[in-house]
Amino acid sequence: MLGLVAAALIAINLYTDWLQPLRERLAGFVAPFYWITGAPERVGDWAGEQWRTREELLEENSRLKRQLLLLEQRSQLLAAVKAENTQLKELMNSAETVDERLLVAQIIGVSPDPLEHVLLIDKGRDDGVDVGTPIMDASGLLGQVIEAGGSSSRVLLITDASHAIPVQVLRNSVRAVAEGTGDLYRLKLRHLANTSDIREGDLLLSSGLGGRFPAGYPVGEVISVQRDPGQAFAEAEVQPRGRMNRSRFVLAVIGDRDEGLGSE
Amino acid sequence: MEANNRWFIAATVLVALLLAVMPLPHHWLWFRPSFTALLVIFWITRMPQNLGVGFAWLVGLVEDLVTGATLGSHALALAVLAYFSLLTYRRTRAFNPAQQLLWVFVLVGINQVVGNWVHSLAGKPVPGLTFLWPAITSALLWPWVAPWLNSMAGRLQVR
Repeated sequence: MLGLVAAALIAINLYTDWLQPLRERLAGFVAPFYWITGAPERVGDWAGEQWRTREELLEENSRLKRQLLLLEQRSQLLAAVKAENTQLKELMNSAETVDERLLVAQIIGVSPDPLEHVLLIDKGRDDGVDVGTPIMDASGLLGQVIEAGGSSSRVLLITDASHAIPVQVLRNSVRAVAEGTGDLYRLKLRHLANTSDIREGDLLLSSGLGGRFPAGYPVGEVISVQRDPGQAFAEAEVQPRGRMNRSRFVLAVIGDRDEGLGSE
Repeated sequence: MEANNRWFIAATVLVALLLAVMPLPHHWLWFRPSFTALLVIFWITRMPQNLGVGFAWLVGLVEDLVTGATLGSHALALAVLAYFSLLTYRRTRAFNPAQQLLWVFVLVGINQVVGNWVHSLAGKPVPGLTFLWPAITSALLWPWVAPWLNSMAGRLQVR
């Protein structure tokens, strides 16, 4: 009897999304488990922060100051480029780009299932995070929110075997779809035309097609292309830019839906 | 059931769930023992007249919620496991440690097979027999977990 109920639940869960609201409501109950089991790691981090020598802190401080200077200089340039870009877009009557809002979130847990690449972060609907919100770190896109609770959400990484993201090559805007492989350090471009111009070392950006991810964020770098004349399509392996299992803080990109590309 | 019993059982379930989501390096995830399965086997073998399939089902459902798995997958797996443990609890008690270890391997293995079946329904690629690793690690844990839980339960007069 209970077996039947369980089987029914499985079926409902797999083939419909009726249980989604329930899970989101119960997210507040789930998060503490990850919070507690993450505690030793946090204590370790905290201890590492506390027991540092003055010299180390001074050195880090000066390093960060230098970095800040460089970044500020770059952002000044960026402001000018942005203004120019807006102007040009207005001239061309193309769609307006909405300014994005970034929210810093902390990773509080990782899914215990080795077959899925899912993170728990400590921001949810109360902070403006919603299903589909793109998540990135300092170096590239990480994934998207698949379940948003009140104050925590689950993030599916782009390397999960069930994930795919539309990308384009920075060099020449060739479009492709990068699929996750279930390996934390690999994405795959499948069904590339044999003649398409993709090389090793090409940087892939999100193309914004599909309306899920904003355009122009780095996704990964092509590390090898296999062209087999016997096959109908070429394949390429991509190394993701985001640091899938090393980031501690991530950024949620809120309110950046480029309306010009059409919604889902 | 006395209040004492309920609290102790709830506490062990809580600990098992915490262990089930404890962060591990990515490559070790395959070897994480199924703590809830061990717990279900232990409690059902110890008090088959009080706990049964329903208990296991409930534990599984909570585990599904906590681990974010397909709702019902652990519930189904643990319910099947509980059914087999209920059928065989007399034998399990009479086994010597080596036989118990083997039997726990088989039971947790059944649990893993059901879980894996749901996994493949969900369309997740399962490489070979790797899903049986937790059965081996769980069985190896059994000789430590069972006596320890037994002595704790004995001291708290859980029966």
